[in-house]
Amino acid sequence: MARTDVELMLDVKAGDDSSFDFLLQKYRSPLVNFLHRMVRDTATAEDLAQEVFLRVYRARKQYTPSAKFTTWLFRIATNLALNSVRDNRYAKLAVPLDAPADEDAAPMELPAPVMRIDEHMIERDRAEFIRRAIASLPEKQRAAVLLHKYEEMDYGEIAKILDCSESALKSLLFRAYESLRVQLAPLVSQPVEQRAGERRPS
Amino acid sequence: MKCEDVSRELIAYLDGRVNESERRKVEGHLASCPACRTRAEEMRKVSMLLGEVPAIEPSFAFDARVRQRVAAEPQRSWFWRLVPAPRPAFAVALLIALTVLVAKLPSKPAPAPTIANASAQVQEEDFNAIKNLGVLENYDALTKFDQMTETAAATPSVQPDGKPQQNDESND
Repeated sequence: MARTDVELMLDVKAGDDSSFDFLLQKYRSPLVNFLHRMVRDTATAEDLAQEVFLRVYRARKQYTPSAKFTTWLFRIATNLALNSVRDNRYAKLAVPLDAPADEDAAPMELPAPVMRIDEHMIERDRAEFIRRAIASLPEKQRAAVLLHKYEEMDYGEIAKILDCSESALKSLLFRAYESLRVQLAPLVSQPVEQRAGERRPS
Repeated sequence: MKCEDVSRELIAYLDGRVNESERRKVEGHLASCPACRTRAEEMRKVSMLLGEVPAIEPSFAFDARVRQRVAAEPQRSWFWRLVPAPRPAFAVALLIALTVLVAKLPSKPAPAPTIANASAQVQEEDFNAIKNLGVLENYDALTKFDQMTETAAATPSVQPDGKPQQNDESND
């Protein structure tokens, strides 16, 4: 009979490193994908996922099965991702005050919030267009959608991870899907059968 | 049910996570509200679109890096292994136990107040004796001590009318 995540973690706590290896194999892919969709960078996502596993290992002696293991795991991952996204955003916006003024340089351009669909469809494939729509969501909405859609967690678990009430989570999810509906309007308006015929092999 | 109420429950409805009563209410509203019906249908399509995004695979080196970082974790010394977890709780408990232990230790008894007072009195008398040593060693002062006392007692006091009062005893 397969051991549950909590049982595995309790074995790790007792000093069984093979159980930690089992958890690593089980959650490496979901974690890397979740973090990749959060931070939109493969290397950063892998670094953060390693950090998540390292924190789990460090905290093994204090582990108490008060909540689902995945709630704890994705809560660590979500906090790391949110910090990374915020740090990265500020780092990109930061311009040193003592930087030499370059009058010939082009003015700093911020990305347009909504790009034309034909530009996207020419340069990017369909999946990239959807990824960008997800990436355009505010961080907390993005995390909520990813945990809801890809990790298929129930509302109670997502609410614990995001530290909000279930009612607030439902509102958050509705706003997120409403934004996606607007962002993905060109794809949404197409009949499903037509889209299925257009899909490229991945 | 109003459009706002449906908005609150729409995602849960599309997930099939509402109870029978709520499902009937939402469906009743969708049947009579074309705008909400369109929104619900488009959100269902959005959910399908999200499913089209392919997953990525972690790199081959991922597991090795995690194991490497775990192996690089500093091992705790034998002392910390003996300290039970959770350590903050253990530290607080230890502190309380030490406080109670120190409070129950027999303290050094203070000297009885009567003895202390007697000691202070003796010291004061010794001090006065030393202070008056010069007077006590003066032979003249000792022999005339009684006369000096009487003289001081016989000092004339001033009457209310300004004349000095006559001391009858001095004339005896």
